[in-house]
Amino acid sequence: MFEKWFPNVDIADLNTAIYETFYMTILSLIGTFIIGIILGLLLYLTSRGKLWENKIVYGIVAAVVNIFRAIPFIILILLLFPFTDFIVGTIRGPEAALPALIIGSAPFYARLVEIALKEVDNGVVEAAKAMGAKNSTIMFKVLLKESMPALVSGLTVTAIALIGSTAVAGVIGAGGLGDFAYFYGFQRRQFDVVFICTLLIVIVVFVFQFIGDLISNKLDKR
Amino acid sequence: MITIKNLSKIYRTKKQNITAVDELNLKIESGEIFGVIGYSGAGKSTFVRLLNRLEEPTAGEIIINGKDIVKQRKNELRLARQEIGMIFQHFNLLWSRTVHQNIAFPLEIAGVPKKERKAKVDRLIELVGLQGRENAYPSQLSGGQKQRVGIARALANDPKVLLCDEATSALDPETTDSILDLLVDINKRLGLTIVLITHEMNVIRKICHRVAVMDTGKVVEQGDATHVFQNPQQDITKRFVRQLDGSEQYASLSAAVVKEGTGTIVKLSFSGENVNQTVVSQTAKQFDVDINILQGNVLQTQTGAVGNLFLQLVGNESEVEKALDFIRGANVKAEVQELV
Repeated sequence: MFEKWFPNVDIADLNTAIYETFYMTILSLIGTFIIGIILGLLLYLTSRGKLWENKIVYGIVAAVVNIFRAIPFIILILLLFPFTDFIVGTIRGPEAALPALIIGSAPFYARLVEIALKEVDNGVVEAAKAMGAKNSTIMFKVLLKESMPALVSGLTVTAIALIGSTAVAGVIGAGGLGDFAYFYGFQRRQFDVVFICTLLIVIVVFVFQFIGDLISNKLDKR
Repeated sequence: MITIKNLSKIYRTKKQNITAVDELNLKIESGEIFGVIGYSGAGKSTFVRLLNRLEEPTAGEIIINGKDIVKQRKNELRLARQEIGMIFQHFNLLWSRTVHQNIAFPLEIAGVPKKERKAKVDRLIELVGLQGRENAYPSQLSGGQKQRVGIARALANDPKVLLCDEATSALDPETTDSILDLLVDINKRLGLTIVLITHEMNVIRKICHRVAVMDTGKVVEQGDATHVFQNPQQDITKRFVRQLDGSEQYASLSAAVVKEGTGTIVKLSFSGENVNQTVVSQTAKQFDVDINILQGNVLQTQTGAVGNLFLQLVGNESEVEKALDFIRGANVKAEVQELV
């Protein structure tokens, strides 16, 4: 059945491609989460009237975030080649895609984190202050904890954008489903390969969205 | 307990300076319920937030338990705040935590070990009457229940002072009453000093021992609640008192009497021990006047009862005069009212 519909698809190659896509998405998502939370917290805390109000730091972080969000992903990969080569030791394969994926999506997630934190009621932060909480307690136990559902749904959106980016990275040799679709499907004119890759990516996106919504709803006690 | 000297808060913007609290002086005694009343914009909310430095004072001293809060450094202030409870108009609970976890939060902050926390929280839940709701989330509670959680949370670290920032303003009258009863109960049982900010005279009447009236950042009048009710000096205080004693309706009342045409209208004011006297019936027996009771009420305050009675006295002038002298002789304040 499968061979009849997809005569040109090599199952072993396809499995490798799926594995690589997951590998890139999940690792870069972890990196994006960590850097995005840090940048988002910085943006929030240094903005006006907040715990670490500081115009200069805010200005610098905001500028960096905006610049990296402005660069199209495909150009960012090319731009980061020397950096990637230095860090990873190669510019080919899924590992080599990670720096560009993380640097490309962390600023995006940082903005989502900032928005999520802004949604936390200032009164609650004030109540914690009135109880004599340390700034670190306010950060981890109030701000991040209270905005958790928004942080998770933001991460879901980011994950889906990341899956798209892994496919773009695939075209310039990072591996994964994008790579598979382009080299085996498009260049060899085997459109059944393109089709199966599309189908799989759509399924992966749905799975991420479903899991994200599930966790976010579970956390939301409002 | 709390001494406030020359406390000022000035908000500086590019265009102008706004003085929210202006050279304020106050003394709040240990164990009393002290009310601060004022219209919005009077600076009362800023005032209460200055007491635990949620707002930084521009000048002045705030001495709580012998320590000047204004001079304290960050870490000292943090520890001092753990001994000052605060409740808010909008409760400010953490929605991601259950009732139990919300009340445990200040204990976590103070570094109380987990076992003790559990026991303490259970006791507090009982104190505020929320047994059975320990594992509910704030979104599943009514407004009154949320404020009970707020109160339990504020009491968790055994504070000496409880600050209430419009704590009942978002609640309906019945719930307000139950929360006020709870505050009185806590005040008596724990000997807690309560500083309460409100715009509702009713709240002051029900629970405050002493009251300060604030207007444009200053305290314009203060004293025992009963005394202030009885003898309001400033116009603004009179306006607040009128919310309660029925003289609001006096205007429409006197219009009705004018139609009737005759008689003298007198406002009798009672306070404290003479509230229950039978002065009206005695007057009717002893003098040749007809007495028409137009309106009256007696309000229970924390330090005694306060009452007002509007009477229409019909009879000849000298007899009415004698009746008035008799009433005044019975230690009741009697004022002849002009027909409006």
